[in-house]
Amino acid sequence: MEYLNIIFEETYKILFLLVPVLVSVAMIVWLDRRVWAFVQKRQGPNVVGPFGLLQSLADALKYIFKEIIIPASSNKIIFILAPIITMTLALIAWAVIPFSETYVLANINVGILYIFAVSSLGVYGIIMGGWASNSKYPFLGSIRSAAQMVSYEVSIGIIIINVLLCVGSLNLTDIVIAQENMWFVIPLFPMFVIFFISALAETNRPPFDLPEAEAELVAGYQTEYSGMMYAMFWLGEYANILLMCALGSILFLGGWLSPIDLYPFNLIPGAFWLIFKILFLFILFALVKAIVPRYRYDQLMRLGWKIFLPLSLTYVVLTASYLFYFNLLPTI
Amino acid sequence: MIVHAIFFYVFSIIAVISAIMVTVSKNTVHSVFFLILDFISISCLFIMIGAEFLGMIMLIVYVGAVAVLFLFVVMMLNVAQQKNQWFVSKDNSNHIPVGLIISSIIFFELIIVIGGWKYKPELSGASNSQSSYDISNTHSLGQILYTDYIHIFQISGMILLIAMIGAIVLTFRQREGVKKQSYIKQISRERSEGIEVLEVPSNKGVKIDD
Repeated sequence: MEYLNIIFEETYKILFLLVPVLVSVAMIVWLDRRVWAFVQKRQGPNVVGPFGLLQSLADALKYIFKEIIIPASSNKIIFILAPIITMTLALIAWAVIPFSETYVLANINVGILYIFAVSSLGVYGIIMGGWASNSKYPFLGSIRSAAQMVSYEVSIGIIIINVLLCVGSLNLTDIVIAQENMWFVIPLFPMFVIFFISALAETNRPPFDLPEAEAELVAGYQTEYSGMMYAMFWLGEYANILLMCALGSILFLGGWLSPIDLYPFNLIPGAFWLIFKILFLFILFALVKAIVPRYRYDQLMRLGWKIFLPLSLTYVVLTASYLFYFNLLPTI
Repeated sequence: MIVHAIFFYVFSIIAVISAIMVTVSKNTVHSVFFLILDFISISCLFIMIGAEFLGMIMLIVYVGAVAVLFLFVVMMLNVAQQKNQWFVSKDNSNHIPVGLIISSIIFFELIIVIGGWKYKPELSGASNSQSSYDISNTHSLGQILYTDYIHIFQISGMILLIAMIGAIVLTFRQREGVKKQSYIKQISRERSEGIEVLEVPSNKGVKIDD
């Protein structure tokens, strides 16, 4: 009976987190297309519902009623498993994101490592999808994507080390609390820029959307997918983008903390500040998509390994020596 | 803790079954996927005994990086279609004695280590490190690694670096006739280098060099 109560309580909490995330994923797709359209002096989706807000719901309904086609020569189990894995991994990472000092689903000690581990597992959804399709373009797309994600994870990991040096804890709540006096975006601004660009590459967003470069690879690893399975890849991708925005705002923009600790701003609950910051970062993502042309593959690899990795490693040394020299290293 | 026991048995059964499937499954890519499943369930077991840092590092390093490279190699070498049935065919059955010897050696090593740890706990150095529960797993690991075992830790890092450099040196070869782009050269191109205005005589044309 006691276990049943715990299970019900946890299920309630999980639903209270997951349903808003899924709804906001649908809304964010609309926002993405809308921002993209405004940059190009178009209207974007504006027909279904007020301002076109219900466009994503209409799209989702269309996907649900479409037929799922499984290629005859594909590896069926892995083919079906791939979108499920992508979406599950994109959603379970939200378990450790703190929305305020008290509202966090799992306040674990190694929160940042958990997010990093889950996002590094995200490669498998793409590799499995590409390989199981048993077709040339998906396979090439998935190989490209895996190489890209593995290389940019390295630079993200080292950027995270920079932040952890200033905090002295792997817990996400501690990371936010350590920014009460100054957000890390000020002392670690170069790292914030590199994190933003690496996050673009990690989530396969333009200008780094080489896995699905439609001019060369049709649609990359998604070519053979249709109906709801395609929609799951797509949901997982956007949930991952939101997660990267949330991670960026927790690591650098002070999470749920308000920008000014004064009277009218204090009244707004922390969760709203976090959502504002996530939205701000997401609009930047959407603007980059509209403005920058796609990178060539060798330039992408060069940027990751020859520029971002040495830069972030140098910054680790700089941060560590600065903290050590001025005796600012955090104590347990 | 009955829930704890249930989770332990679920994860260990998955680990054992997927370890068996790694060797048994016919498709090599499936073997790698089972290996990944094995890594994941082992890291779940690590987290269950409270070694959360080790579990996460296991996920990041082995599953996130090493197994991806395994998959790459297996997919690239196109061994996926070869049937993984060396233990059935007659002609290369000389693998079996070697495999048996290695596995029995590992088995006896495990017995010695676990037996010594169980019956003579003072033999291993683990008893003198005071494990306090008020500092987190990560902190205590860091305190031991960077104080008592700093030299061994640094040396193992150097060995890994040397192995990496060795692998690069062995496989690196300078190929002839590869066209390379120099970014500085491209950016610093002037109009005068790129464009030449010529007087073209009628009906004769003009010869330009490449």
